[in-house]
Amino acid sequence: MAEVEESSKPLFAGLSDISISEDIPVEGDISVPVGSQSADNDFSTLDEPVKDTILRDLKAVGQKFVHVMYPKKSSALLRDWDLWGPLLLCVTLALMLQGGSVDSEEDGRPQFAEVFVIIWFGSVIITLNTKLLGGTISFFQSLCVLGYCILPLTVAMIVCRIVLVGGSGLVSFVVRLIVVTASFSWSTFASTAFLADSQPPNRKALVVYPVFLFYFVIGWMILTFSPSH
Amino acid sequence: MANTDFHLQFQEFEDEQGFTENNQGATTVTIDDPIKSRKQRKATGTAFEEEDDDDKTELLSGQRKSAPFWTFEYYQTLFDVDSHQVKNRIVGSILPWPGKNFIEVYLRSNPDLYGPFWICATLVFAIAVSGNISSFLVHQGQPKFRYVPDFSKVTMAATAIYSYAWLVPLALWGFLTWRNRKITSLVSYSFLQIVCVYGYSLSIYIPAVILWIIPNEGLRWCSIVVALCLSGSVLVLTFWPAIRDDKPRITTAIISTIVILHVLLAVGCKACFFSTYEMDPSKYHNEPSTATNTSSTN
Repeated sequence: MAEVEESSKPLFAGLSDISISEDIPVEGDISVPVGSQSADNDFSTLDEPVKDTILRDLKAVGQKFVHVMYPKKSSALLRDWDLWGPLLLCVTLALMLQGGSVDSEEDGRPQFAEVFVIIWFGSVIITLNTKLLGGTISFFQSLCVLGYCILPLTVAMIVCRIVLVGGSGLVSFVVRLIVVTASFSWSTFASTAFLADSQPPNRKALVVYPVFLFYFVIGWMILTFSPSH
Repeated sequence: MANTDFHLQFQEFEDEQGFTENNQGATTVTIDDPIKSRKQRKATGTAFEEEDDDDKTELLSGQRKSAPFWTFEYYQTLFDVDSHQVKNRIVGSILPWPGKNFIEVYLRSNPDLYGPFWICATLVFAIAVSGNISSFLVHQGQPKFRYVPDFSKVTMAATAIYSYAWLVPLALWGFLTWRNRKITSLVSYSFLQIVCVYGYSLSIYIPAVILWIIPNEGLRWCSIVVALCLSGSVLVLTFWPAIRDDKPRITTAIISTIVILHVLLAVGCKACFFSTYEMDPSKYHNEPSTATNTSSTN
């Protein structure tokens, strides 16, 4: 201990002797580059017309629709996730599926809120299931993929509505069955293609099955839709 | 300098030598669970080829589930199953084997919540879909009947099945824990294991419910009886080691309660969702005019 104290003295002893002489000038150049302000203006979107803003978002949504219709293993859906597309599809589907409120005979048909809740609640549960099984995908990315893959089922709903205008006999039922089955398997296949890479390899079946069940239930609701007249 | 070295030295050399001498031939076991479960397995008379793997899994599983229950990692340990494990568990719940206890063979202190949750969800939707299909098929002959999908069936079925799958295990676990204080048996099941057994035992009902679409009463009752026998025997075989050391009256009471609740669930589902078959055909055949009246008021 005594040795340490002795050796420390020469280290700090000279500090008190040091002083900054006033002869040494402090020089420097501080300048704010003027160009950075204009760079900010390029990235800020406050000044652009509203039409540009809306069109940009619509283009992003449309681009993702194209990705869903032709599912390849691209990461576009995962990279720039957004929830506008799922919201649009969910509202469209729920509006078309809801029952009439006045007529008491149509109590059995799902209300708008029921369809909405089923789609969003079901997506949340499937996302939680994926994450609990050890998936590396984030919460909102998974919601985005599941929501966008409802697009084939929405197309099937529109087709069914058109077919039902023609009549509701056996032929129209068979046509609707084929259309709904094809679109539900398309949805399942598309979402599996997007989600496959982020799952642990020996649990893929465990992750795909709830997605299958989810789209099966939505497809069932579309198939059993009967018109109000 | 020498003084400091002496203070830094450990003073327990003799104890260490004694420690190694005493334990030269013995294996030190510090976790109670492997010994207890090995005794359990010998008691139930099962023969395993993979004793070493069991030891390893028991030791490893003793260290699992150490995360507190309010963190996400705790729930991740409850979903720590692979696809083939789930498949094996479902097969094991459908085919009861007299020597094999479901919890011992398939769960082995790794109960999962994936199976119970998704089997119950599938059963709920299977009941709703099959109920709608069967009522549609029954009324297909009448020209004036307009098919309306009954959406309220889903919520009713969900409530009934999920409460059965969670409340009955809770009651059973509470009762077994209470009895275990008085009669120390070797076998005690945790709450999650009981929930797991009940969840997987419901898996036989899914094909049975799909068979109920066919509007044949004999076939429906036949499928109910077969499903009841299979899953009821799995449940009884699972809980038998836990309660056989108890008084015979309590043992019979528990076994009969398990079986009766299982029967009630199956018969109740059939009665609620598939009972329109008995009443409606007579109503529609005798009074076709009322059917036309109700459809023309649109």
